[in-house]
Amino acid sequence: MSDPGSLVSLKGLTREYSSSNGLFGKNRSMRAVNDVSLEIPRGKVTGIVGESGCGKSTLARLVLRLIDATAGSVHFDGTDLSTLRGGELRKLRRNMQMVFQDPYSAIDPRYSIRDALLEPFKVQGVALSNAEAKATIEELIAKVGLSPRMVDSYPHQLSGGQKQRVGIARALALKPSFLVLDEPTASLDVSIQAQIIGLLEGLKRDLGLTYLFISHDLSLVRYFCDRIVVMYLGRVVEILPNARAEPRHLYARALMDSHFEPDPKLRKVVTRLAGEIPSPFNLPLGCAFAERCPAASDLCRRERPLLSSGEDGHQVACHHPAV
Amino acid sequence: MALLSVSNLSVSIGRLNPLDGISFEIGKGEIVGVVGESGSGKSLTAMSVMGLLPLIGGKISAGTISFDGITLTGLAEPAYRALRGRRIALISQNPMTSLDPIIRIGAQIDQVSMLHLGLAEEAAKERSIELMQQLRIPDAATIYSSYPHQLSGGMKQRIVIAMALAADPELIIADEPTTALDVTIQAQIIQIMVELVRDRGLALMLITHDMGVVAQACDRVVVLYAGRVAESNGIDAIFAEPKHPYTRELVRCIPRHDQKAGSLTGIPGAVPSVMDYPSGCRFHPRCSEALAVCSGTVPVLERKAAGFAACHASEANAHV
Repeated sequence: MSDPGSLVSLKGLTREYSSSNGLFGKNRSMRAVNDVSLEIPRGKVTGIVGESGCGKSTLARLVLRLIDATAGSVHFDGTDLSTLRGGELRKLRRNMQMVFQDPYSAIDPRYSIRDALLEPFKVQGVALSNAEAKATIEELIAKVGLSPRMVDSYPHQLSGGQKQRVGIARALALKPSFLVLDEPTASLDVSIQAQIIGLLEGLKRDLGLTYLFISHDLSLVRYFCDRIVVMYLGRVVEILPNARAEPRHLYARALMDSHFEPDPKLRKVVTRLAGEIPSPFNLPLGCAFAERCPAASDLCRRERPLLSSGEDGHQVACHHPAV
Repeated sequence: MALLSVSNLSVSIGRLNPLDGISFEIGKGEIVGVVGESGSGKSLTAMSVMGLLPLIGGKISAGTISFDGITLTGLAEPAYRALRGRRIALISQNPMTSLDPIIRIGAQIDQVSMLHLGLAEEAAKERSIELMQQLRIPDAATIYSSYPHQLSGGMKQRIVIAMALAADPELIIADEPTTALDVTIQAQIIQIMVELVRDRGLALMLITHDMGVVAQACDRVVVLYAGRVAESNGIDAIFAEPKHPYTRELVRCIPRHDQKAGSLTGIPGAVPSVMDYPSGCRFHPRCSEALAVCSGTVPVLERKAAGFAACHASEANAHV
């Protein structure tokens, strides 16, 4: 049974992709997300961080069942998503929405902002009177800090930051309780990124939302998230119970060490990770990080470490975690 | 004397004037960061120095650029060619597109030293492998005969850096060299570049939008906003006592490790487009310290303590 404090609960979630290797080559398969179990607590921001290819975006799509899992389950507020069919799933999707990385391609260029904001209601078959539609749009626009004059504009007339505000307004249209934010600021300038993060913080506070925040930006994750999940090659390697917690997995450490603070007094010598990320098609038997890990032993190469919980919910998948 | 000196540089493309009065210098052995958000003119500044503006239909409309006593503005193309790639090298943002996909890695590095230094094939190969080893490319001999698609993004960017170094340049212009890379790889590449500059006494112009990278690597910083220099100063002063409100706000936009929740606000408004730059100071519509004069009069880039800033408000404060 899942923890009552969590809104979304993932169990053994796995997504496999296969690729055919030429006409006569044999098919190879890789697991973009590999046996991920995770509780997403209500009213909190859970951050997923990792480098490209770690499976964070695939995980985001699995959580909303935008793609189907190869194995494992997603429970949203107690309901198993995999048991739902078309109409039922659509109905539940009112409660769970996504904000995409690229606001430039997330909005149809031929839709005015008004049309874009009304689209979710059409998809859901919610009939709005003209007066209701007007009031709804005004409310949404105000929530995300856009000017009412922009309602009749088209996406190309908006800046990147304004477009992302429209993306957020549209995600909020059906009054969801859960938002998946997939690198929502990665394509924006820093001055705009900070605006959008400020907006998301305010919305969460005012509307009591739960967020799953996907990012490769550690400073942002540490600032914004209550819990941080570190992924490497499709698996969760560490869960930090709070943003201040020191990572214990050596990959998570290296990731944190690679981040440069905006302060010349905090310059650092980067401890170099050996080697490269192995191919996901050909993962080693033991710990996927062993080849690059300075503390790796024979045990690491032989046996994959499981995620074990320590005190205060700090979980790490490592045979020799740092203390 | 500075190795590279850019003085009052303005660039026009058709009727647009994307750069307006850019000035800065880079000395030997110095790393100067050129920072700004999209559309601030960072890459155009690099293209101006490389003499590549004609490729995009642009031209230098005012100002001068000089490199080691040679005036680059108005320099004839054959003379430029003798400098480009030889004494001034460019590392561009995307290593995926800087390499020819159908030529082996080694041959691509070799051709630089064969063309510019007149090395024979064997000597060029030896030099390329040595460079690859200096850039900590594991198993350089194998990589030498690989194709670009066989390498990771970080490895490709190291190859691009090796190509830039192959002709032994004095000035390297790196245009967002780590933006397309993952953080752990970015950290390695920045570290390698800093070591190279220090060891070889090179001058490096590091173009980036990342104030973290600037803080880690640069000696001095030029902050661009909407095609003009907002401020330039030494690295410590830029972060400790920024003279321009834009610099101050830009640093505040990056969450610090000890930052409290709810304290990140960003800069209101949006970066203006070159099609409609505001009058006066181009930052005034977004500036919390804007005075009446800011919307009408362009602030002049003036000496403020050790650096330069273009701001009416910091002037007013200075007189108090």
